[in-house]
Amino acid sequence: MQKKISKLPFNGTPEQEKKLQAVIAANKHDKSRLMAVMQEAQEIYGYLPMEVQSMIAEGMEVPLEKVFGVATFYAQFSLSPKGKYNISVCLGTACYVKGAGELMDALSEKLGIGADECTPDGKFSLVACRCIGACGLAPVLTINDEVYGRLTADDIDGILAKYMD
Amino acid sequence: MKSVAELNAVRAKSLKSIVLRKGAEAMANVQSDCKYNVLVCGGTGCTSSHSEQIVEKLNSEIAANGLEKDVKVVLTGCFGLCALGPIMIVYPEGCFYSMVDVNNIPRIVKEHLVEGKPVTELLYKETVAEDGSIKALDETDFYKKQIRVALRNCGVIDPEDINEYIANDGYLALAKVLTEMTPDDVIKCVSDSGLRGRGGGGFPTGRKWALTAPNKAPQKYVVCNADEGDPGAFMDRSVLEGDPHCVIEAMAIAGYAIGATLGYVYVRAEYPIAVRRLQIAIDQAREAGLLGKNIFGSGFDFDMEIRLGAGAFVCGEETALMTSIEGNRGEPRPRPPYPAVKGLYNSPTTENNVETFANIPQIILRGPEWFASMGTEKSKGTKVFALGGKIEHTGLVEIPMGTTLREIIEEIGGGIPNGKKFKAAQTGGPSGGCIPASLMDTEVDYDNLVAMGCMMGSGGLIVMDEDSCMVDMAKFFLEFTVDESCGKCTPCRVGTKRLLEMLDKITQGKGTLEDLDKMEELCNYIKANSLCGLGQTAPNPVLATLKFFRDEYVAHVTDKKCPAGVCKDLLTFTIDKEKCIGCGMCARSCPANAIVKTDYVAPGHKLPSYEIDASKCVKCGACIGTCKFKAISKK
Repeated sequence: MQKKISKLPFNGTPEQEKKLQAVIAANKHDKSRLMAVMQEAQEIYGYLPMEVQSMIAEGMEVPLEKVFGVATFYAQFSLSPKGKYNISVCLGTACYVKGAGELMDALSEKLGIGADECTPDGKFSLVACRCIGACGLAPVLTINDEVYGRLTADDIDGILAKYMD
Repeated sequence: MKSVAELNAVRAKSLKSIVLRKGAEAMANVQSDCKYNVLVCGGTGCTSSHSEQIVEKLNSEIAANGLEKDVKVVLTGCFGLCALGPIMIVYPEGCFYSMVDVNNIPRIVKEHLVEGKPVTELLYKETVAEDGSIKALDETDFYKKQIRVALRNCGVIDPEDINEYIANDGYLALAKVLTEMTPDDVIKCVSDSGLRGRGGGGFPTGRKWALTAPNKAPQKYVVCNADEGDPGAFMDRSVLEGDPHCVIEAMAIAGYAIGATLGYVYVRAEYPIAVRRLQIAIDQAREAGLLGKNIFGSGFDFDMEIRLGAGAFVCGEETALMTSIEGNRGEPRPRPPYPAVKGLYNSPTTENNVETFANIPQIILRGPEWFASMGTEKSKGTKVFALGGKIEHTGLVEIPMGTTLREIIEEIGGGIPNGKKFKAAQTGGPSGGCIPASLMDTEVDYDNLVAMGCMMGSGGLIVMDEDSCMVDMAKFFLEFTVDESCGKCTPCRVGTKRLLEMLDKITQGKGTLEDLDKMEELCNYIKANSLCGLGQTAPNPVLATLKFFRDEYVAHVTDKKCPAGVCKDLLTFTIDKEKCIGCGMCARSCPANAIVKTDYVAPGHKLPSYEIDASKCVKCGACIGTCKFKAISKK
């Protein structure tokens, strides 16, 4: 699956860079910890723009090509920023049979963005995720850490309204 | 810990904190340290339904009633019946409160914990007999056929408290192994039990260990595969969330058996609760000296580390997982050499799945004969299944191998909701196939499933009813594998993509009968030539549906119809003009203005009926929901 690479300009802060350098320093001794460093970098920046990947490559002393390779291989790594509210719709089998596809369509229509995109105001982003294991509540979506279950497409308006501050 | 005596002392001391949950016999011998134990499920399912708020409310109500010394509240792992979450059990009675509402907590505390009268109307209805008496949980349909081995501590102990694990015989197996058995004894015990890998393939665990043990190297490894990726399967997550110490104990036992001193658990990053509890458990085990140097004074060293996955399904394949632990793109490696010879960092490695490990301590303690007495001739013991899809009781069940699909779905699972008819059960996720209604009485074990063109997989069992289209299901799984194919080998990378294109064509009504034969040929080619398990099994959903539901494919191809009414391109929406009363609700809801009034007034109605202009209809289905007279149908 090809990943969307963001065209938005990179605006990392010195504090973020300081945090990243500390993570790199703590893991540098073991190159197999590259993924762990990238996971923490994504926690710090929200995504992994090329600038951050370069810092990691330099710090961990591995080729940038390898960092990019890992970043594009794993679904968890995002090369474009996440919205303030990240909406993640579970498209696992159980949710799918219970109508998760319709939830995805309804959200996409309401927000005017497709999967793996972020609204221009940076407020909402939308992703399809693999099974989160809450199959008893199917179909399920999460907004940041909040889980909404047993949904129908009609519930979407009510849920989005909570985040329209 | 320096000695087994020390472990036994902790066990004796801790037993009183869990004895209420162990039944009358245990209670006769040991005095409990309090009057009630309230267990609240803290698995992912119930946490999503806010079980943590329930714990908070319980604690504040208990404090308000001055019951702090009488009642102990425990956040446990999964009880299994996720469909009825959040769940709470009160011991010693074993009262099972289901779908607990935080607003009812004050009442439960007052009536049950203060006055000693269970709130019958809030209990799971199956546990209340007609005369109002409370039945034991083991007597309900969902639990009565279950035998809990891998899940024995899930929903019983506090997974964040090592002492509760020790009180329930935890680390006794490791003590026995290190003080009374040789590595060969351990391998023989596991081999004799007949335990087979619970992650998918069903390779005999004892043989895997026996293949790794004799290989000499400066460092060998034990790896636990907790990269549970099959959609719909969540047993490994439940074990890690509910009983993380049993995985640690089993990995140490495996380490002793094969001569490894270092272990890795590779967990999906999508399982934050499991990761947190496992890390707590590792820290506690280390502090107690159950990990580290010279465990039980035996001279055996073992330690372990967690590695997080990052959302790649292929990493569940054992060689890809090892490549990923090394910090690379998780691509599989050709075998041979097998991991037993050259695994992680090119050293001999044994890799087992979480559920497999969870069986080990019990096999050591209760003996291989006990384990082998359960199950079928070639599949011993129990298996955990995750029931999902169109079934009443979604959740986790552990049953002896050889239980029939009918028992699993109709008795334990409570059947299909809304009076619909069972069509098929999907097992093994994207690597598996489906079992049609005609084979419902087959005993479910490794070999019977393979004979049907299915596989056990990790134990996800998705139930489908008459509203599910089998071609669409096959397409769904192919989309999954196309997404997840790592791209290293051509048969999988290109083959699955071509297969998906053919399925797309069929669901759009553009397929031919010749395509069906071509698909079958391509499937067999992909199976035979792919590098790893992902590609070798990716065509299974297509092959199985072609075998059991060929008529549905034929309907899509020759009649251009989707019998289940799922494939949008093949649907026609029609209004039954005799039923239509002419209210016009549907026309107002139609986004494409495809519904128009006719001149026809049906007998007995006052207004003219409506009809759908097929050339404008976008097949969104919005109209069906608005019609109160069930006059609109899709075919």
